[in-house]
Amino acid sequence: MSKLTMRFWGVLPAYTVMILLMIIPLGIIFYVSLMTSDPYGGYKPLFSLESYTQILYNYDWDNNLELNFQYLLIIGRTILLSLSTAILCLLIGFPVAYYISRQRKEVKPVLLYLVTLPFWVSMVVRVYAWVLILSNDGVLESGLRLFGFVDDIDSLLYNNGAMLTGMIYSYIPLMILPIYASIEKLDPRLLEAAGDLYSTRIQTLYRVIIPLCKAGIVSGFILVFVPCLGTVLEPILLGGGKTMMMGNLIQNQFGVSRNWSFGASLTILLLCIVLIFLFLQARRAAKLNQGAN
Amino acid sequence: MTKAVQIKGVSKKYGSYQAIKKVSFDIHDNEFFTLLGPSGCGKTTLLRMIAGFETPTTGNIILHGQNIENLPANKRRVNTVFQNYALFPHMNLEENIGFGLEMLGWKKDKRECRVNEMLKLVHMEQFAKRFPSELSGGQQQRIALARALAPEPEVLLLDEPLSALDLKLRQAMREELQDLQRQTGITFIFVTHDQEEALAMSDRICVLAHGEIQHLDSPINIYENPTNRFVADFIGDTNFLDVNVTGSNVHATSIETPLGINIDVPASGVKVGQDAVMSLRPEKISINKSVDGVSLPGRVMHRTYMGGYTHYTIQLSSGADLRVSMRNNISNNINYDLNEAVTLGFSPASVRVLGE
Ligand SMILES: Nc1ncnc2c1ncn2[C@@H]1O[C@H](COP(=O)(O)OP(=O)(O)OP(=O)(O)O)[C@@H](O)[C@H]1O
Ligand SMILES: [Mg+2]
Repeated sequence: MSKLTMRFWGVLPAYTVMILLMIIPLGIIFYVSLMTSDPYGGYKPLFSLESYTQILYNYDWDNNLELNFQYLLIIGRTILLSLSTAILCLLIGFPVAYYISRQRKEVKPVLLYLVTLPFWVSMVVRVYAWVLILSNDGVLESGLRLFGFVDDIDSLLYNNGAMLTGMIYSYIPLMILPIYASIEKLDPRLLEAAGDLYSTRIQTLYRVIIPLCKAGIVSGFILVFVPCLGTVLEPILLGGGKTMMMGNLIQNQFGVSRNWSFGASLTILLLCIVLIFLFLQARRAAKLNQGAN
Repeated sequence: MTKAVQIKGVSKKYGSYQAIKKVSFDIHDNEFFTLLGPSGCGKTTLLRMIAGFETPTTGNIILHGQNIENLPANKRRVNTVFQNYALFPHMNLEENIGFGLEMLGWKKDKRECRVNEMLKLVHMEQFAKRFPSELSGGQQQRIALARALAPEPEVLLLDEPLSALDLKLRQAMREELQDLQRQTGITFIFVTHDQEEALAMSDRICVLAHGEIQHLDSPINIYENPTNRFVADFIGDTNFLDVNVTGSNVHATSIETPLGINIDVPASGVKVGQDAVMSLRPEKISINKSVDGVSLPGRVMHRTYMGGYTHYTIQLSSGADLRVSMRNNISNNINYDLNEAVTLGFSPASVRVLGE
């Protein structure tokens, strides 16, 4: 067999899986998004861009298009909450990753295991635990009351803050692990060299460690930001269904609202947001690489 | 002569392992000082304690009169050239060289001026905007030097800086390093396990083994008058023969050798009856040439042609083997054949008697 055919058979399984599970379903979604929605559920095979216009406009009583901020608000909230989650995860995760990498050989695997421990428990259970912590008369409130810090807290649950807390909690391991990996790869001699050249610890952090861990930071950011965009659980359990995010919106279209076309077009929009973000990131990385090589 | 660095009773323990055993010595200002020793003898450990990457278990390190053993590395006016260069991969050469100056708070224009000066010093002006990954090993080496020299350290530490280079480049860099040291007048502390490098470059050499100083002196004295068997063996090539010391005074030591002769050689500290060896360097022995001293008949057992030199192994009638090294110059271009009968000659003044 020639090298080329060998390679073909080698990658065939991977491509098959990708085409079956990624490309075809995406194609179907894209197709559905271009069809007319059927008021009785599903869609009619009639081409229409209505489901896309629906994102921004709705029809008023006289059947005129009218701007509608309802969905934009949800999209904006989704992006904002996801960005905040990723940024806060970075701010918390970097010191944690750095701390772990400074520990002795025997301690590191234990700490890393602890970081990944929540993954062993179902996502629903983990998020629900926060409901128990944050709810009225929950663990946090009764704890604070016990020590006399507060009398009565209005609402810890069912707001953006609760959602943010839950999302940070759910996704922070995905920030810590890649950053840890990149810090571990750092040549300790570079840190010694920086110290040798009169830089303080803080200066070494900003001038040497962070720039050289950029790859880990960026992949951590993407690993947190992207799944946050599509998160469903936290808004339901911690947002109380009052504050929706795109994931819930899409879920609703395929569920209770029975508007498949609209759901599909929202999915495509979400995908585009992710792709734009990744594209911007890739361009920045390419520019950085150009500088470094 | 003022002292740049004083090492006073410094020892270093890693767990229960004693890497450095209470050593004391001084390094002079403007000196090219070399720490030489086999792998694992503690050279790097000693250097890292001077740089501030390790703290001594006991003892003091004094830099121009100031105790520095407890100062962090960034507070010591000492810079290091690392073995693997450790250039910052995300900075171009200018930024690398300017890093120390920036950390010291130099203004931008002053910094640029100094960086250019440094680039010129190491002949790398045209590469200023390149990144370390775009350089050859030798070029990275030069930049590492420039980066460490830029902040004008009181002492420059170099940990086997030439070991990653190929032979030709290594020899060229030796001279460059020596020139740099003379031009800048900065004290160099140079670590190597290559004795040739040490002999070629140093003002003084400190030979270490097992965390202890074996001999500290000028290259000539280390080579010609080694203090013990280890130093004689480690530096250069030599013939060792077990001898009996039959007499010893301040002028000479009398020995009975396995060559079947008794000779008087330069005085050593070795006492009568003590176990001792004599050391005779291969190039101090002549073949078929009349010399003032000892003449011994023998046969050529082995010959290795090295270009500039030929190495012979000669078996003497007493049964002992001696290695002899002959320079192949104009007046001395004879090759001796295997099994050819020859007469060896050497002067007792070239013999050194060493305790174990
Ligand atoms: N961090 C450490 N922990 C434990 N032992 C160490 C440590 N650093 C060095 N040692 C030990 O101390 C001894 C001296 O090491 P050092 O690195 O100073 O040797 P060296 O003379 O520089 O050798 P080489 O020529 O191979 O570089 C070695 O036996 C080494 O195993
Ligand atoms: Mg070493």
